[in-house]
Formats: sequence, C-alpha cells, structure tokens
Amino acid sequence: MSTIIPFGPQHPVLPEPLHLKITLKDEIVTDAIPMLGYVHRGLETLVSIKDLDQMVQVVERVCGICSCIHAHTYCMCVEGILGIEIPKRAEFLRIIWSELHRMHSHLLWLGLLADAFGMESLFMHCWRIRERVMDVMEATAGNRVIISINKVGGVRRDLSPDQLRWIAQVLDELERELDAIKPVLTNDYTVKKRTVGVGVLTKEQAYELGAVGPTLRGSGVAQDVRMTGYGAYKFIDFEPVVEKDGDSYARTMVRFRELYQAIDIVRQLIRKLPDGELSVKVKAAKPEGEIVCRSEQPRGELLYYVKGNGSKFLERVRIRTPTFANVPPLLAMLPGIEMADVPVVALSIDPCISCTER
Amino acid sequence: MFDMTRTIIANFFSKAHTRLYPLQTREPFPNVRGNLFNNIEECILCGMCQKRCPSQCITVDKESQTWQVDPYACVYCGVCVEHCPVHCLFMESPYRKPAAEKVMNRLVQVQGPAKKTKGAAQ
Repeated sequence: MSTIIPFGPQHPVLPEPLHLKITLKDEIVTDAIPMLGYVHRGLETLVSIKDLDQMVQVVERVCGICSCIHAHTYCMCVEGILGIEIPKRAEFLRIIWSELHRMHSHLLWLGLLADAFGMESLFMHCWRIRERVMDVMEATAGNRVIISINKVGGVRRDLSPDQLRWIAQVLDELERELDAIKPVLTNDYTVKKRTVGVGVLTKEQAYELGAVGPTLRGSGVAQDVRMTGYGAYKFIDFEPVVEKDGDSYARTMVRFRELYQAIDIVRQLIRKLPDGELSVKVKAAKPEGEIVCRSEQPRGELLYYVKGNGSKFLERVRIRTPTFANVPPLLAMLPGIEMADVPVVALSIDPCISCTER
Repeated sequence: MFDMTRTIIANFFSKAHTRLYPLQTREPFPNVRGNLFNNIEECILCGMCQKRCPSQCITVDKESQTWQVDPYACVYCGVCVEHCPVHCLFMESPYRKPAAEKVMNRLVQVQGPAKKTKGAAQ
C-alpha cells in the first residue's frame, strides 16, 4: 500500500515553501510531485511601473542570497541593448562582489546542510565563518546582503587600496578557517553516512534533465557559465570544479571546493585590478531591442531576457533562475531513497524557492 | 572521528565569537548605509529623491514645505543620496533601532536655503 505525504510548504529544513507531494511505499519514496507558487510576487511585471534604473533595485530582491549577481546580469542586459561599454575597473569590482556573494551563499548552504542532518556544531561554525564575508560586504558596499552596488553603466562604490589589503587579509583568515572544517566535511562519519550514495544523479540524467550549477558539476559535467568569460572572468585563470559521483556528497564537495576557488578568483582580481573610472554616464536611456544574458550564480546558471521598446520603461524582463532548472533533476534523485533522507537530498540542490517563483 | 576536537579545544581558550546584544553592540563600519536624514534647511524640495526612490518611501510637499521618509519602507539603497542635486541628504552609520510603534521621519522647513541672486558671486 502506498502513502502520500506532503513535504512542506512548512518543514524543518528550509525556511522557504518547497512543497513536494511524496508517494511512499513503506519507508521508500516511489514518486514525488512538486507544488510551486507559494511566494509568487510578480516582480517581472514591475517593469511597467519602475523605470530602467529602479529595476536594478527590484531585480536585486528576486533573491536575497545572490542579489549582486541578479543586478549584474540585468545591468549587462541593459548595457548590451544600449551598446554601452563599462570601464574595466567597474567590471572587476562587480566580479569581486559577485564572488564574495558566492562565498557567503555556499557557507550559508553548508551550514543549512549540516543543520539538516543534525550536526548543529558544524552549522554554527559555517555561519561564524560566513560572518567574515558579511563584514567585508558591510564595510565595502554599505549593506550586508542586498548590497546595491550595481547600476546601469558601472558600479556605485569603489574599493580603496586599504580596503583591498584588508579583504586579502580576511581571505587568508577565511582560508585558514575553511581548512579547519575541511576534515569534518571530508572524513566525518556523520556527514558521510547521510550523504554518500544518497540522491544519485547520473551524468546522463543530469545532462538530459537540464541540471545547472553545482548539481550538474557534481555529476561530472564540466559546465560553468563563468567559462564563457563574461565580465572580468576573461582575465582570470580558473577551471570549473567537478566531482564524478553525482550523490549529495559530491554536490557538497563541489560547493566546498568552489569556496577555495572563489577565494582564489578574488585574489587574482585584486592583483589585476586596473585603475580608472567607476561608471559611464547613461543619460535618458531608451533601449530598443532584445537581449539574452547568462551568468553563473552560486546555485547555477541564471538567464535574463530583456526587451526594450524605445521608452524609459522596459517591455519585458524574463528571469530563469537556477532552482527552476534544478527541480526536475531533484525529482529524478528522490525515487528509491528513504523518507528520512528526503530533506538532505532536497537541500543538496540548494533550492531557492523565492528565486524560482519571483 | 575526532575531526572537530582541535576546533573544540581552540574554542575553549579563545574569545567568544558572539556578543551580548543589545547590552553590547558592535561599532558600525564607516560608510554603512544606515538611517536616512535630510539637512532640511538646505533642501530645495525639488522632489528628485521622491522620484528616484525605488520603494516610494519619500514624500516631498513643496506647499507645506515638508519632507518625509518612511524608515520602515526604505530599502537603504542610497539612490536618493546619489541623486540629490544640493547634497543635503545623507545616510548615517547606525541602523534603525527596533521600535514598538512606526514613526515617520517628518521634517518641516522653516527658513529654507538662501536664494542665489545674480550678483551674489561678486
């Protein structure tokens, strides 16, 4: 006999309303149906009442965790339609703040994962380390999470040489602290018991179901939008982080290794940061035409479609967020696992529901 | 199995990472986008801040010479400060304190900025 259990919208692992209708046979999951739409806010529709510049602040609020990257992608789109080339320094600064966002997002997620399988102390340590990144953001950009430094035509704040030195110092400390929790994540029995071999997504499945970001790279596909070289990524040397196993542990390791990668990218950016202007003047812009831009969020590939109709209001902004692409792979991971493992597997795709529903 | 032992021992002998808020507060960083204020006597009540604000939290009334901000609707983006033509808007570092009652920050202009005349520069 099969039982249907509603997993969510309120449940212990996520503050966000992820709702899965889970069909169980004894303790084993046989089927899962996602139910979305609890936090739809209609942000895309706001283009008709908020002008070009005000939309930057609106798209930042699509997702709290990766706000900077949303604004960056939106600005890339508008600059693309208008044919503006932003100063090189602005491009570098945008990526510095984007990578800081990636760090704090991954640390937040590692903490949440530890909390989901009941390792409270690791959760606390991850969030303590995350506070260092938050302090950097607060001191340099002015706000902690939604930092609002992007604008159409460049960035709104600069980093002084003192601040750059301080950031490099914080990154050294951050690396030392990550080294301290590394043995726990790589060796600990508690972590491995709950993640190794759980929620396996094969390489073929990941590719066919259109997984993105760490979910895809955890299954052995080396695909990272940053490799296309948008923004200042073309000046940076790095390789996408790939793990082959495709289980929850592989996805955890991808994110953990990406933390080191992000530290390395910020170091390279600080070393290569050119002098120059912060922004170019964009006066009474009336974009006409359409454009698609992609970028790599902490959760995966983000896609923006922007259409302008020759007025100061855009005609259409369409956002495809990474979690939307990662829900079908999640449904492929669930059948065959025990009900008690569902929270950890659901969390392993790093779901952001308010992103998905906008 | 004892992977966290070193961290645990280090934690016994290190300073606490938390503080007893609200008894003990952290010094705010300089240039943090905190509360929004207006130096009202220098304000020309042009309404640029109201027009640029993405959350419509500023209301400027030229007739009654008032400038009002709703600190609970403000998103602390600092766009108004950047667009102010006379630079009378500024953001102070400390954050807004929690409050039991929502009070609007309403400022009334008494005298206003000195009007520039053509020969003033000489």
